[in-house]
Amino acid sequence: MKITVAGAQKDFPGGLTVAQLIELENVETPEYVTVSLNDEFVENGAFTSTVLNDGDSVEFLYFMGGGC
Amino acid sequence: MQIKIKHEDYDAIVAHALTGLPNEACGLIAGFISGNTKLVEKVYLLSNPDQSPEHFSIDPREQLAAIKDMRALGLLPLGNFHSHPSTPARPSQEDIRLAHDPGASYLILSLTENEPVLKAFGVVGGVVSEQAIVRL
Repeated sequence: MKITVAGAQKDFPGGLTVAQLIELENVETPEYVTVSLNDEFVENGAFTSTVLNDGDSVEFLYFMGGGC
Repeated sequence: MQIKIKHEDYDAIVAHALTGLPNEACGLIAGFISGNTKLVEKVYLLSNPDQSPEHFSIDPREQLAAIKDMRALGLLPLGNFHSHPSTPARPSQEDIRLAHDPGASYLILSLTENEPVLKAFGVVGGVVSEQAIVRL
């Protein structure tokens, strides 16, 4: 199936979960990553249960913050 | 690494920070990388959901919209900026702890002096290095 990851279309096996995609894409420090799936944000606790479908679009967003 | 930023973009960051007082203000920078230089082509003035004079975070929805805009314009994400309303332009321990992207430049605008002071930093593995800012 084809999934667009950060704007680039790629081929992946069917039944892939968000958690598996994070591993395959070698996402660093995934605990600080927010995932959007077709412009909807996926709860961190749902990464392993969210199955991707052909044509999905996924973005990985790193948490940005700080303080003085 | 040096950061080249146009006067109007610098002025926009300062105005955004002043408008956000007493809270910290924040945003993203995007542009091009050539060798050891990052050229800022666009500044994204974002909201600070923390609404705090001591903390900031970037709203993921605004971040997503900015990333898509960068992609549409052919720009690269270069880093982010935030203001320090009452402390110097240097990364705090919290800034360092939350600097997860080793390729990003972290710009900090201090408003403690008569004139705003903007500095840029890279943070790799908790080690901070200052990056020169050239105003065009």
